Amino acid sequence: MNPSRLLKNVRLGIKTLMLHKLRSALTLLGVVFGVGAVIAMLAVGEGASRETLDRIRRLGSNNILISSQKPAEVASGGDARVRMSVYGLTYDDFDRIAKSYDHVTNAVPAKVIRKEGRIGARTLDLRLVGTTPAWFELLERDMVAGRPLLDADGRDSNAIVLTEHGARRLLATRSTIGQTVRIGGSYFEVVGIVRSEAGSGGDIQTPDSNVDAYMPIQTAVERFGDTNVRREAGSRTRELVELHQILVQVDDLENVMPTAEALTRMLQTNHPKGDFAMSVPLNLIRQAEATRRTFNAVLGSIAGISLLVGGIGIMNIMLASVTERTREIGVRRAIGAKRRQIIGQFLIETIVLSTTGGLVGVGIGLLIPWIIARTTDMPTVVTPWSVLLSVGISAGVGIVFGIYPAIRAASLDPIIALRHD
Amino acid sequence: MTATDAAIENPARTGSAVVELRDVTRVYRMGNQDVRALAGVSLTIERGSFWAIMGSSGSGKSTMLNVLGCLDRPTSGTYLLEGQNVATLSDDELSDVRLAHLGFVFQNFNLIPQLTVRENIELPLNYQGIDGAESAQRAAELAQLVGLGDRLGHRPTQLSGGQQQRVAIARALANNPAILLADEPTGNLDTRTGDEVMALLDDLHAQGKTIVMVTHEPDIAAHATHHLHMRDGLVERLEQNTPKRPAP
Repeated sequence: MNPSRLLKNVRLGIKTLMLHKLRSALTLLGVVFGVGAVIAMLAVGEGASRETLDRIRRLGSNNILISSQKPAEVASGGDARVRMSVYGLTYDDFDRIAKSYDHVTNAVPAKVIRKEGRIGARTLDLRLVGTTPAWFELLERDMVAGRPLLDADGRDSNAIVLTEHGARRLLATRSTIGQTVRIGGSYFEVVGIVRSEAGSGGDIQTPDSNVDAYMPIQTAVERFGDTNVRREAGSRTRELVELHQILVQVDDLENVMPTAEALTRMLQTNHPKGDFAMSVPLNLIRQAEATRRTFNAVLGSIAGISLLVGGIGIMNIMLASVTERTREIGVRRAIGAKRRQIIGQFLIETIVLSTTGGLVGVGIGLLIPWIIARTTDMPTVVTPWSVLLSVGISAGVGIVFGIYPAIRAASLDPIIALRHD
Repeated sequence: MTATDAAIENPARTGSAVVELRDVTRVYRMGNQDVRALAGVSLTIERGSFWAIMGSSGSGKSTMLNVLGCLDRPTSGTYLLEGQNVATLSDDELSDVRLAHLGFVFQNFNLIPQLTVRENIELPLNYQGIDGAESAQRAAELAQLVGLGDRLGHRPTQLSGGQQQRVAIARALANNPAILLADEPTGNLDTRTGDEVMALLDDLHAQGKTIVMVTHEPDIAAHATHHLHMRDGLVERLEQNTPKRPAP
């Protein structure tokens, strides 16, 4: 069948379907809702999982995050005289990680300090991180203004880099660069503002969430020492933690999991109390992707069922149509139409029907996520493949469920068909 | 040559016999019984003749028309249509034969309701692979020929019975068939419109078209040149007839 022939047959199909507008429209509904629901559900699911994946990816998929964790027995230490709890990662751990693993390309220590900071007339409790310049490379954050920490910022440096988050809290702007911040008893100079990712909510936190400022780790140790005082529920706890976090970068995605396992073994030997926690973004990504696959499989089944129902509706109507148009079939056969031409004609009608349903369904499938995104804060992402897939499936439904009525039409004996009332 | 003549032009065909049946039978199996709808029919239909097949119900006249129309295959015997034996062809081949050589007119018109007059007339051409301006042009000529040149865009339901039958005749002529087969063409029409349709068939006959018509009305059969009386699946008698022409 050449294209103009096909086009003509499609037009004829549309015309025939338009003779029974209500019936055709009702028949469409099954496919419309099937396709619409699939696209909308996938869009919501995709939006949710992409948000999760993005958040994990911001941690860096080649990275491993190790953080200090207050062990259970220390946390519940009822003895009031034990005022000082000592736990967590040590400088030695860091040295071992940085030097003894082949696949570790970079390791960054981080020390968290809470101090009161003052800039101009504004005073706030700040969360400071003492780290090395490699931090900025590992997390791949752009500078908003100024410069990041440099290797040259050593022990005696006064350099401090604010995060966007910290800058906002301190009401700092570009013009703040070069100004002085007073933290604890020391004075620092703001040299830059770096972009930060606030891992808001969820169980995955980016290392820089809620961090106000960075300073060289040597400076932090020099000025503030390793002891932190924590005020909680009216009591004061003093903690001695050398390092709060170690960020490890691995050379290749393949080596991330083996390295993580090797690091865990090493740390377990040195920290029998288990006062550390390890999170591997890659692992989280894999979990999230597995979840997404399950989710898609469930949606796929729902889609399959709804399209099946739609298809049965179409088949039902086409069978009725074949009966109704028995005489037409007889006339066409008498004129000289071959069986396969009759099959083609009816098949085109069902495909037109189901594809139209599919396209209307796409419209609804685009509209619903749009409304959801507008009215709630749930992100939705309509992927092109979900649209193509559902339109393709709806056309396929037309073929599968149209073939039987079409064959029935074509196999009618023209003599009997012509005599049909 | 006028457009009307061109529309039904008969290209030179070899031989004067359009149809030759030799000892044709058609046997149906009904339960355990064989029903011989055609019990051995031999006849020759000359080009340009106008046949009326007559007989009571069950005489085999419908089966006769179906076999002649290549809608049904003889159980035995030979059927030469334009010199080609069509008795043993496959379903697809018979479709091709119908498309190339035959035109049908039915008692109940059988126009396709969702198509316009033009599209109905174009149908055979479309199945022949002729589309667009060429088929539209030919449909217009044929509509002109049957006196409905101004109704091309109408739907069958917007036409009277007589007009519908004339459209059906135009459609049957579209492929310039060797034989025009008509099954009770006036059966659903009143006398006046029936006469109009018969006048049209007379015209076509006068222009050289071969027509085979099934009827049980003597008035209608009077238009034919040959009367074939059938009974129990056999030719009872074949008569020559001088066609009665209504006064102009």
